[in-house]
Amino acid sequence: MNSRAIVINILRWFVLLFVQIFLLKNMGFYDLSTPFIYVLFLLLLPFGIPNLLLYLLAFGTGLTLDAFYDTMGVHATACVVLAFVRISFISISLNKDAIDDPEPSLSYMGFQWFSLYAFLCVITHHLVLFFLETFRLTEIGYTLMRCGLSCIFTLLIILLIEFIFYKRTSR
Amino acid sequence: MRNLWIFINRYNAFFLFIIFFIIGIYLTVKNNAYQRSVTLNSSNEIVGTAYDRLNVFKRYMNLGMVNDSLAVENAKLKTLLLNLTTVDTAKDVKVIDTVTNQQYTYLAAKVVKNSITLRNNVMTINKGTLDGLETGMAVISPQRGVVGFIRDVSAHLATIQSLLHKDTKISVNIKKSNALGSLVWGDNNFDIRKALIKEVPNHIKMNVGDTVVTSGLGQFPAGILVGKLSKTNIATNDNFLSAELNLFNDFSTLQYVYVIKNKLAKEQELLENPVKTKE
Repeated sequence: MNSRAIVINILRWFVLLFVQIFLLKNMGFYDLSTPFIYVLFLLLLPFGIPNLLLYLLAFGTGLTLDAFYDTMGVHATACVVLAFVRISFISISLNKDAIDDPEPSLSYMGFQWFSLYAFLCVITHHLVLFFLETFRLTEIGYTLMRCGLSCIFTLLIILLIEFIFYKRTSR
Repeated sequence: MRNLWIFINRYNAFFLFIIFFIIGIYLTVKNNAYQRSVTLNSSNEIVGTAYDRLNVFKRYMNLGMVNDSLAVENAKLKTLLLNLTTVDTAKDVKVIDTVTNQQYTYLAAKVVKNSITLRNNVMTINKGTLDGLETGMAVISPQRGVVGFIRDVSAHLATIQSLLHKDTKISVNIKKSNALGSLVWGDNNFDIRKALIKEVPNHIKMNVGDTVVTSGLGQFPAGILVGKLSKTNIATNDNFLSAELNLFNDFSTLQYVYVIKNKLAKEQELLENPVKTKE
């Protein structure tokens, strides 16, 4: 992890959280679909990052979101779950010694791998988030619907961002 | 011991996950059960200030609409004042009513931050303990309708648990029949313009279009307009009826609210729970 990657990631953190807090927080379709694109920061952290640092970053990012959403702990927990899914999926689907790409982005990993990766991470994050927010099982149908629709919205925006910043590589 | 260490190190992702997950859940649950911790919510001065800055711009955009509503309210108050003065001078009687007349005082506050898209919505206003606010005070909107209760107070800011929150319950009357019910939001209805009345006794007749007002039990003064019934006699599996109503208040355009200070609140609490307050 060189200094350029560190600067890019710090910049990405600020831009994504700014967009999430001041723009997307006020957005939502019929209270059903609200996007949470700040998870893209956690998805795009470099491959070589130590697990402890990844968890600390996820937890910290979640707490920052919580401070603005007035939901102490909910986003933090969801981000930690996302980090776990990320580590598990990468260790299952890729050979750790043979990774020579710097980060798991669309331009390096290809559409198929990245979309599956993003889908799994986002859906678990949203499930934890919405169930912790509701904190009861009586509204399970509504919660699941909100979760599914929000997940679609988030994934669409994430793929859109990734295609905009697509870098043509040697692959 | 060494083997254990190797084992933990090999699966460190999982063990770290467990540790952080437990911390997160702990924060969430603690937060649900008790008052919100002061450090990390929007009563926090830093976050509050950030929203304040953002709001300067937002307020400017809505200036025209706010002006109109203020003018309407002004006119209403002026007519009221006119009525009062004419009545008083004609009869020439001094009103010696020192308690009931002054039971409620109103304090205007600006909404610094508002949310309507969540299941549990909380807003922040720019008045705090320095203006005499306390936890539990009722909040209404200037035009018509209830808003919620004060939840946390800092020196200059306060958060409101709005009606659009799973824990908010307000005692209301159906004006025609004087039947009591409790106003809630949620329960398979997540439209911010609608709410439910629950626990209306079975024998009460309700009609679409009946006006609903606050009952005066609890923190809200009696007779504050809440909404109009839109769907009646929803059967529930207990011995009570439910009804749906259209709220007069539009939470999405809320910019100013009135906090109601109840002078008799402390006295009432002392009278009703003498043991609890002494302890």
